[in-house]
Amino acid sequence: MSDIHALSGAYAVDALDDLERASFERHLAGCATCRSEVDGLRETSSLLGGACSTTAPDGLRERVLAEIALSRPLPPPGGVTTLQRRDRHRRGPRRAVAALAAAAAAVIAIGGGTVLVTQLGDDPVRTVQLSATDRVLQAPDAEEFTTPTRDGLGTVTVVRSSSLNQAVLITKGLAEAPAGKTRELWLKHDNTYIPAGFLGGGTDHTMLLDGDPGSAQGFGLTIEPASGSTQPSDQLVALLNFTSA
Amino acid sequence: MNDPHPVAGASSRRGEASGALDLAELLRRSGRGDREAFAVLYDAVSARVLGLAVRVVRDPAQAEEVAQEAFMEIWKTSARFDADRGSPLGWMLTIAHRKSVDRVRSAEASTRRDGSYHQQNQPVAHDSTAEAAHASLEAHRVRTALKSLTSIQREALELAYFGGYTHTEVASMLDLPVGTAKTRIRDGLIRLRDMMGVGS
Ligand SMILES: [Zn+2]
Repeated sequence: MSDIHALSGAYAVDALDDLERASFERHLAGCATCRSEVDGLRETSSLLGGACSTTAPDGLRERVLAEIALSRPLPPPGGVTTLQRRDRHRRGPRRAVAALAAAAAAVIAIGGGTVLVTQLGDDPVRTVQLSATDRVLQAPDAEEFTTPTRDGLGTVTVVRSSSLNQAVLITKGLAEAPAGKTRELWLKHDNTYIPAGFLGGGTDHTMLLDGDPGSAQGFGLTIEPASGSTQPSDQLVALLNFTSA
Repeated sequence: MNDPHPVAGASSRRGEASGALDLAELLRRSGRGDREAFAVLYDAVSARVLGLAVRVVRDPAQAEEVAQEAFMEIWKTSARFDADRGSPLGWMLTIAHRKSVDRVRSAEASTRRDGSYHQQNQPVAHDSTAEAAHASLEAHRVRTALKSLTSIQREALELAYFGGYTHTEVASMLDLPVGTAKTRIRDGLIRLRDMMGVGS
């Protein structure tokens, strides 16, 4: 984690993947050095972009002006109505950072599963439309757990937010299930594995887990018969314990 | 309703599209729901926003959709622009860039990645206004500054910014050890920032 500052340039040019971007944004909430550097590097990269110029067709102007007529701008940060305010605190030395993040973040449900996260702190004023997975990845209390798969070929990462009671599973390079089998997901509660969904085909996934990840103690991924199982088999692909390092 | 939008004093801030318009003031008025101010803002920056989207997304029809999304976000969040953190144009282009990169990544399955990267380096069309003259002067300064980067820094930065690739993808495209592309991108940007005299 010590060289997370080195991601500032890649962040400024949007060259981080979703997971890295979420981690870096959590870092930014507590690192004034990076915030200031990112501002300068974004300004610089926009000079690259500003050198591109293409006359926009009249139709675009009409569409944009018609669309904005249908909605109003969001109020400035100070006037935001807060429906839910984070007040969970992390333990230990990161507490000051967490407290800053908690004070800085307000989450507003605006329907349709979309959520608006507004940073209200003294510095970062950013507003982003977030998908359900982004919302978890960027939650101030998000915790990240990662492990290689048992075959050593892939990685499995779970990012969970206890306050949202949601978790995102991110897989990379995961082997396909054998013919007639499926890959099933599990959450561990009191030493029992509860089904938490299935993985479709493909090696790389980013998806929400079913169930109550907020109170779970661990996560498992197993190979099961195509119809799924109610208890995990011994064909383990990956196992994670949700314990802080 | 035909308020002529008197513009507060010419902006001296580098990087703005036009010396005659105060983009920050237009954003501020947009943030209070002033659609006429937003129309003036649109006219001032649409060529830049669309130009960037075309450069990254390539497909003109998709680039227009991306530009429209970007303007929608600019409108919605106009009251949140913070002049202490950068220029109005930089802020708007940051939004347009993010939308463009999101678009190319979500369209990953399509044909984008099999085209050669260098094919995108076509000359860009400039319109024949004072703004275009300003843009081309600025483009000249940017090109000059880019020459002071090492070739790896420059390529890494261009693949990331214009190609929309992640730093991990950039590393594999340039045969760099994993984890070093992000450093090249950052070093290149810092060099560029210092060359271009971007204050913080
Ligand atoms: Zn930092």
